Amino acid sequence: MSDHRNLFNRVWDLHTVRTLPNGQTQLFVGLHLIHEVTSPQAFEILRDRGLKVSCPKQTVATVDHIIPTAGQARPFQDNLAEQMMSAIERNCDEFGVTLLNLDDNRQGIVHVVGPEQGLTQPGMTIVCGDSHTSTHGAFGSIAIGIGTSNVAQVLATQTMFLRRPKVRRVIINGDLAPGVYAKDVILYIIQQLGVEGGVGYAYEYAGSTFDAMSMEERMTVCNMSIEGGARCGYINPDEKTVEYLRGRPFVPDGEEFDRAAAWWLSMASADDAEFDDEVVFDASVIEPTVTWGITPAQSVGVSQQLPNVRDCAPGEQKLIEEAIQFMGLAEGSPIEGTKIDVAFIGSCTNSRISDIREAAHVVNGRSVADGVKAIVVPGSQLVREQAMDEGLHEVFETAGFEWREAGCSMCLAMNPDKLQGREVCASSSNRNFKGRQGSPTGRTLLMSPAMVAAAAINGRVTDIRQFEVAGV
Amino acid sequence: MSNTEIKTVTGTGIPLMFDDIDTDRIIPARFLRCVTFDGLGEHAFEDDRQQDPGHPFNQSQYQTASILVAGRNFGCGSSREHAPQSLMRWGIRAIVAESFAEIFFGNCGSLGIAAVCAGRDDLKILADAVERDPSIRLTVDLQTLTATAGDNSVSVEMPDSVRDALVTGEWDFLAQLLSAQDQITAHSATVPYLNGFSS
Repeated sequence: MSDHRNLFNRVWDLHTVRTLPNGQTQLFVGLHLIHEVTSPQAFEILRDRGLKVSCPKQTVATVDHIIPTAGQARPFQDNLAEQMMSAIERNCDEFGVTLLNLDDNRQGIVHVVGPEQGLTQPGMTIVCGDSHTSTHGAFGSIAIGIGTSNVAQVLATQTMFLRRPKVRRVIINGDLAPGVYAKDVILYIIQQLGVEGGVGYAYEYAGSTFDAMSMEERMTVCNMSIEGGARCGYINPDEKTVEYLRGRPFVPDGEEFDRAAAWWLSMASADDAEFDDEVVFDASVIEPTVTWGITPAQSVGVSQQLPNVRDCAPGEQKLIEEAIQFMGLAEGSPIEGTKIDVAFIGSCTNSRISDIREAAHVVNGRSVADGVKAIVVPGSQLVREQAMDEGLHEVFETAGFEWREAGCSMCLAMNPDKLQGREVCASSSNRNFKGRQGSPTGRTLLMSPAMVAAAAINGRVTDIRQFEVAGV
Repeated sequence: MSNTEIKTVTGTGIPLMFDDIDTDRIIPARFLRCVTFDGLGEHAFEDDRQQDPGHPFNQSQYQTASILVAGRNFGCGSSREHAPQSLMRWGIRAIVAESFAEIFFGNCGSLGIAAVCAGRDDLKILADAVERDPSIRLTVDLQTLTATAGDNSVSVEMPDSVRDALVTGEWDFLAQLLSAQDQITAHSATVPYLNGFSS
């Protein structure tokens, strides 16, 4: 088909069941991922109305948010968590939905599992009751986070109402400097465009910087689209996408795979595709990036300093002052050298095998600083197995890290993994909101997994570019 | 199937003029360990309230408020519907803010919470009026798209699709989606990846 549409609009048009007079689209959903936290009330709505799950084959559940990452024997010690586990087990059983449960080695963080199993494919519409559903856009799908009422709607009808957003192309060209990772790229984009900059937009990430990224790096970028206000972000499918998917369990094989690959690639934005907006950045200016505040946009390059409040725009000063005060940092001070208490490597942003390898490379032959609690939480059981096959768990454990079971863990602390008091955590996760990591006064510094590893070793925020890396 | 028509919301107000209030602050994640939304109201802004005795949600004069006046990018972060659920169960029926995060805004629509936008200066007029006299009645009128506090009236915005749904009581979106079942079935037959990628 020869047209000027971008991928977003191609996928949107393909899934449009009908457009209402008020401008909303009833959109068909190709894949509905569910987890234990945002689904129980949705299943209750179905029960109340006597409805079934419309397309159980397009619906897959796993458990990730509330599960302990150490000691998973049932019943869980936390009675509330146990109730939620029982609820998703009962709901999936009763409504005929596949559940990748703890006793299934395909279990893990929903946004790690989808791609890993090949459930996530280009050209799809994908929803999940979780804002980081944007992760799946790395494959060239429209992937959005939804609320629980929407979960019920999708369960019952495999559709939902949405207003078509505008599409902004975020172009970055050039090579990333050594020590600069996909995490730094997305933190930089959010720093530049703001936490609200993407509201009303889908982001297409384009340019040679993204072309050069692995699929896992692309997932890290798309994952944090929502932190920039964009409900979804995507990267056009290419040969890397096709090769990543080849042979995965939910991907067709043989001739059907060839047809699939051709179709996937045909969904990419046209060379002359039109966009509602476009911004361009230069990869060479991106440093290893660290957040210093309480929103993901409050970040600086690791060689830079926190802002001085009086130098900031008048409308921003109150928020920046609040953030600096909460964090207990000094305005104008360098971020490098900030002492940490906890190091967390994990979350749907950075818990894949490449993240764990990068961190292990930094850690190898070294020891976690005295007084620092350091944990590694693989994103899925399969990531965990792969890492253990490579002996990476021994690298971490020898250094003094704890090696955990797969789950969301300390990203949002709905499980036993929590900060205590005012602890400062170097974290590879996605949110540095007040209280996010389980202690109302806990403090989070977001950074790449390699930077978290270096911070764990030195006990303070460290420029990975200055850190001598021993060979694994 | 129809729900209640929501044309106006009237009640006292509560000012919370901060920007980028995320859903973790509205309802901390530990309270999401539940299988119903019951009881979430009492935990709205729990951690902020613990750390700030002067937090508006702690103040006695605002305890019966039903209209929240907030800043920019309200409800950013997580998709948890528990956030608007906790506000609704605390007593909030309408939110006037400079802007909303998208998922939060959509969740408000699902619950029949009138979430409307107003300019910064106009929000300040409303917030000041509420702070001066917490018993002042505010009205958010979705038909005239105004928010009124005493003699002060400011204009507010809301996308037509959401406004129409609330005003006509047609915000049971599940029923509306179900009404297109035949079209959904027909449509699924046209989606390549559900049909062997055959053209």
